[in-house]
Amino acid sequence: CLKGLLFYVFSLTVGCMLYTIHITFDDIQNKLVADLGCGCGVLSVGAAVLDAGLCVRFDIDEDALDIFKGNVEDFELSNIDMVQCDVCSIGSSYAKKFDTVIMNPPFGTKHNQGIDMQFLRTAISMASTAVYSLHKTSTRDHIQKKANDWKVKKVIAGNIYFRC
Amino acid sequence: MKLLTHNMLTSHVKGVIKGYPLIIKATEVKVNELEFNGQFVSRMIPKLEWSALIQAAGWLGQSQDLPSTLIPDYENDEEFLRKVHRILLEVEVIEGCLQCPESGREFPISKGVPNMLLNEDE
Repeated sequence: CLKGLLFYVFSLTVGCMLYTIHITFDDIQNKLVADLGCGCGVLSVGAAVLDAGLCVRFDIDEDALDIFKGNVEDFELSNIDMVQCDVCSIGSSYAKKFDTVIMNPPFGTKHNQGIDMQFLRTAISMASTAVYSLHKTSTRDHIQKKANDWKVKKVIAGNIYFRC
Repeated sequence: MKLLTHNMLTSHVKGVIKGYPLIIKATEVKVNELEFNGQFVSRMIPKLEWSALIQAAGWLGQSQDLPSTLIPDYENDEEFLRKVHRILLEVEVIEGCLQCPESGREFPISKGVPNMLLNEDE
């Protein structure tokens, strides 16, 4: 029950993020979008509903695949596709192939620290226009510094607050 | 798996130099309607490996008089763009596999999703 509630709250947040991307930056409609570490697929369903030309999801997890099939059937969305792979091993295979990358990367635990930065680096290599990603506020300075190292043109940060 | 996605996929098996394009062996293919947007298709064409797309269409028996090289001024040819739209976005491989052209390694496609995960020793 708590899990369901968290998902719902998260959906509202992600909905706001996507809506902003669409209205302010026009980076979803008719664009080729990638969703890295798509998990339950909230982001890509949102992108598809906002008329992305095509949204391609990338995830390593089996459960994400079943959810993908469910989304396509339940929402009758045909502008989503999916690839099962390890985002951390993609390297530069998709260099600049996508207009936009959207993601909610895994935040990292004891065993895979820094995974969010790996995702970010891969996302930046894949996108020709923009990357939209959710990160913990505590990592903001670190990300800004890395973005400069990777020669990213502009970093715009917005804040999303969860009230517990 | 749509052919726009397939056009981007390569094999990363250890030691493979050119794992592209992945050979499609399909056992189930579906055609799903998707609203046509000429502008989107037109913008995607320069990003494609066109010959790989033609090969992929051939493997699926969907060649449909697509030219083997790009025609000039395709941006204004709606009939052409509609054919490309269909092959890129509407034709989907639901079951089958993708085969690395160099190593022969097969990547299964199940419920429309290709599994590109490699084993640790690969």
